[in-house]
Amino acid sequence: MSATAHTQTAIPPHGPDASKRDFLKLVTGAGAVIGVGALAWPLIDSMNPSKDVLALSSVDVDVTPIPEGQAITVVWRGKPIFVRHRTAAEIKAAVDVPENQLIDPATDASRVKAGHSQWLVVIGICTHLGCVPLGNKPTDPRGDWGGWFCPCHGSQYDTSGRVRHGPAPANLAVPPYNFASDTKVTIG
Amino acid sequence: MAGLHKSEFKNPVINWVDTRLPLFTMMSKEYGVFPTPKNFNYFWNFGALAMVNLAIMIATGVFLAMNYTPNTLMAFDSVERIMRDVNYGWLLRYVHANGASMFFIVVYIHMFRGLYYGSYKFPRELLWMIGVVILLIMMATAFMGYVLPWGQMSYWGATVITNLFSAIPLVGNSIVTWLWGGFSVDNATLNRFFSLHYLMPFVLTGVIFLHIVALHITGSNNPLGIDVKSEQDTLPFHPYYTIKDSVGMCVYLMVFACLVFFAPNLLGHADNYIPANPLSTPAEIVPEWYFLPFYAILRSVPNKLGGVLLMFGAIAVLFVLPWLDTSPVRSAKFRPLYRPFIAVLVVAVVVLGQVGAHPPEGIWVVLGRVATVYYFFHFLVLLPLLGKLERPLPLPESISRPVITRGGGGGPLPSGAAAKPMEKS
Repeated sequence: MSATAHTQTAIPPHGPDASKRDFLKLVTGAGAVIGVGALAWPLIDSMNPSKDVLALSSVDVDVTPIPEGQAITVVWRGKPIFVRHRTAAEIKAAVDVPENQLIDPATDASRVKAGHSQWLVVIGICTHLGCVPLGNKPTDPRGDWGGWFCPCHGSQYDTSGRVRHGPAPANLAVPPYNFASDTKVTIG
Repeated sequence: MAGLHKSEFKNPVINWVDTRLPLFTMMSKEYGVFPTPKNFNYFWNFGALAMVNLAIMIATGVFLAMNYTPNTLMAFDSVERIMRDVNYGWLLRYVHANGASMFFIVVYIHMFRGLYYGSYKFPRELLWMIGVVILLIMMATAFMGYVLPWGQMSYWGATVITNLFSAIPLVGNSIVTWLWGGFSVDNATLNRFFSLHYLMPFVLTGVIFLHIVALHITGSNNPLGIDVKSEQDTLPFHPYYTIKDSVGMCVYLMVFACLVFFAPNLLGHADNYIPANPLSTPAEIVPEWYFLPFYAILRSVPNKLGGVLLMFGAIAVLFVLPWLDTSPVRSAKFRPLYRPFIAVLVVAVVVLGQVGAHPPEGIWVVLGRVATVYYFFHFLVLLPLLGKLERPLPLPESISRPVITRGGGGGPLPSGAAAKPMEKS
């Protein structure tokens, strides 16, 4: 290379070394992309839930103080969880509904734990746009199906937490939980 | 001036954009074909490295800020939470904290390059002055960032540095109260420091943009310190200096990674892992290493106002450097008298750094005073005199044809290039 040949292309792009040069360019480029990706990942991952947030991922609830027919709200992962002590009539109403009448068909048995069917545990977030439905307090409206009523857009849920009236598209979600004993529920 | 830009790009999408907003043309002009002196050595990497460093600081800083709480009751714990609970939080924080040190290493070398090769002289005086502004903004940003973890050094560093302003006669104490937003360094101080610490890097980005615009008007200096005479003296920035900068960047990243992964607390102070306690000052308050020379100057003067003035004067003198140095020759390579003195200046600054790290007793006081005197003597007396006393070595007639053929002129020339007469290309 003389000092004069430096205007646009110092090296002929298709000279005898073209394939070697292409290879070097690809390896260098790939190395740079991998390097930047490796640097970017810690930044991106730092926005995922941190360890102290993940550590809050299970809560224990003592259900003894909940009288029949009433419900409480507990917080799990920052979300309201409804724990409802259902009456026999409410359970019967939930079990007796034919599935073809449901917007999001699901049996009542699939939404409670066997042997603990008086306890309904659902995530108290309307599946429409995320409001918290009313119905836990005795003074709250519970809608036409005796479950929950969402004040935002009028969705209604039955005593199994299943949606019966839109605009919500799906039933209230059931969180992962189990009965540690007859009176203690571990959510998460 | 109105009218579409005539883009030369072949790709239709790039062409369409470039016609309306000639960013591609600008990038190609300033970083593609930009004619750059062909004799750069690795000292010319450090501007690009500083840019990369700023980008790393902003990237890590933005994500750290997502997890930091600027409140005196929670700041320390939120930093510990970043270290323990946030995914890769330890990495973000160590990169950010050591990134500050790397930034000053890079910038100090960048400044030394400017001093040694006379990059501050005509026509680059304003370029240099903008650089000094960048240094000042960096210092303010680094200082406020160091306060945020709210450890003992954070708190007492903030107290001591803000108290510098109390040396101002009459209004000093009012100014300090205003800076604090109260009667001691407290929550109001922490809040405003966080706000400003987040703001300053973007101010810095703007000033760096001006620095680069000014650079691209005058063109780069080079190790010979002589002007580019013809196209034969230059190379297009890409691929020659993009590749050379990349090589330097790999070395820089290796040093950076060694600090972060093997000695993340080497340059910090253990005391800053103790939560701030406004009722108990640590036995020894030491600023971060990059402030030590200035701190040593402050302590070398047995007078409050005098010390503060001299410390700020150490930077102020750099502002007027282009007019203090009376020699028309840029590169120290051709200045036989200036060359040893610049070495002495480096020694004096290193000594000041050591003095700043030790308690002001015994030999350290003497050393500090001697080095301080030399620092100012160098800029205020030597540089104006040297230009008149010194007899510079003969300058090469061009970058392509240095008179010194041995011992490094413009680096080894391709055989034939020097022998051939210059031709217009």
